[in-house]
Amino acid sequence: MPLAIETRGLRKVYPAPPLRRRTMGGPLATLTTPGSQAADGAREILALDGLDLEVAAGEFFGLLGPNGAGKTTTIGILTTRVRPSGGSAAVAGIDVGADPVGVKQRIGVVPQRPNPDRQLTAIQNLLFHAAYFGIPRARSLPRALALLDQMGLADRGESKVDQLSGGQQQRLMIARALIHEPEILFLDEPTVGLDPQARLALWEVLRSLHREGRTIVMTTHYMEEADRLCERLAIIDRGKLLALDTPARLRARAPGGTLIEVTLDGDSAPALPALQAMPALSRVGAKDAELIAYAERAGEVIPGILRAAEQVGRLPLDIRLTPPSLETLFVSLTGRKLD
Amino acid sequence: MSPSPWKVFGALVRRDAHVVSRELPFFLLRTTLQPIMFTVVFGYLLPKMGFVQRGYTGALLPGVLGVSLAFASVQAVALPMVADFGWTREIEDRLLAPVQNWVIAVEKILAGTVQGMIAALFVLPVARLIMGPIEGLSFAHFSIVLGMTLLGAFAFSAFGLFLGTAIRGEQIGLMFGLIVAPMIFFGCAYYPWKALASVPVVQYLVLVNPLVYVSEGMRGVLTPALPHMHLVVVAVALVVISAVFVALGLRTFDKRAIS
Repeated sequence: MPLAIETRGLRKVYPAPPLRRRTMGGPLATLTTPGSQAADGAREILALDGLDLEVAAGEFFGLLGPNGAGKTTTIGILTTRVRPSGGSAAVAGIDVGADPVGVKQRIGVVPQRPNPDRQLTAIQNLLFHAAYFGIPRARSLPRALALLDQMGLADRGESKVDQLSGGQQQRLMIARALIHEPEILFLDEPTVGLDPQARLALWEVLRSLHREGRTIVMTTHYMEEADRLCERLAIIDRGKLLALDTPARLRARAPGGTLIEVTLDGDSAPALPALQAMPALSRVGAKDAELIAYAERAGEVIPGILRAAEQVGRLPLDIRLTPPSLETLFVSLTGRKLD
Repeated sequence: MSPSPWKVFGALVRRDAHVVSRELPFFLLRTTLQPIMFTVVFGYLLPKMGFVQRGYTGALLPGVLGVSLAFASVQAVALPMVADFGWTREIEDRLLAPVQNWVIAVEKILAGTVQGMIAALFVLPVARLIMGPIEGLSFAHFSIVLGMTLLGAFAFSAFGLFLGTAIRGEQIGLMFGLIVAPMIFFGCAYYPWKALASVPVVQYLVLVNPLVYVSEGMRGVLTPALPHMHLVVVAVALVVISAVFVALGLRTFDKRAIS
């Protein structure tokens, strides 16, 4: 199968943020945002650090990672809106840097935040967008009506965009991204800010688009969404690819057992040696007030963990159990949670 | 497979024509009210009171047109740019169109040019009505008037593209206070450039102001009997100013469009 997307050693370094933050004073002004690291000089932001990806035509592909992982930058490069600092990216076999117009012709993009043309009505948004792609009105009008219907907006065509709810605007963005029948559809966190019902409705729409044979590339930081929708998932963090596989195989790679997280009323490090001595725990760790351990049968080991904490004079404030999942895999890969 | 850039350009023009035609009354109100009020005070009230000479309106009318033209052209391009790149991100649907980004920027300049010309052609009869008969006013060369309007509107639309993409949303007030307002007052709109000879330092300092050439050009074509800069000087200056701001504006537009 031909490749819909191919990136090789993709890098992106954003220049230092503007100096105006300095007016806020203090050492904070020279810090980079969390989840990024400085390359040279303390203030450049490394958003992508040598990303290799291959997405086959017709695939439903997910980019999973926390905020600041580099997902939006990746989508930005593939949709010609961000200039890579190094490496190469091709969409539908076309180099993004060499022929951005050819790439734009073949893609549809649903942005993270709806950005409809607010001067136009819902249907005008679709008709003008089609016109930007050279599609005559005779062809775009029936298609626009069908898309509005498919997105549950059939009766909102003449509405001003501002009269639409957030979910409706998001669906209008999907309709707009499809009006010119692109080969590849990019969606950047399409369900952020949607209520659960609207989210499920959107999932259905995406599944049916995928069944039509379209390549879909979606970013998300919702595990469940990635798990349910995507055929293959790339887990990225700090601009690097950490894992790439089907959701089922990724889940199987999750470290054995249930993730046990215990929050103590103070520094957890003194309790760590006692945990390391417990054979039923496969992996243990301590960070600030947090104890982390994995065990096949969590219920049996919790009393022992609590005793170990009490022996060093700490009281448990909270206990959380997470069965093996993409979530536990992510924590084991990155040492931190998704959100 | 990709549509021709002209076809995409045509669609961009149709979009702006659709939006502008709907907003036209508000646009004219926003951009021409100030010059018209100025006309009422300096072109009607003060002459009536006898504070200014009768002949002053001949120098004022072309300047008022120049201000309307410049103000409308800058606003027509700069305000949407600041909003689009700042918070609404509306322009992103056009940045996804299968053309080079500069095509989108050039379309914005042309749309602004047309709006600036409409503003000037709207103010012309209104100002003439308010001022009453104007000595030496001539429409003998109306095609040259149109040409001068076109040149001035284009230069200021290009300037608007640069301003709108170079400054951040939160500085928009600063832009009008520090750049546009001094430009209007020191743009030889309310007095002919030759008359500044009585304050030579100012006369040469104002030459950096693009509005000077528009105002003087308007004088040259509308009230040719009154003192004004040579039209060739005006035309060359406006072409150079346009070229500079098109080049700068396309660069800053590209910087905002692609991070």
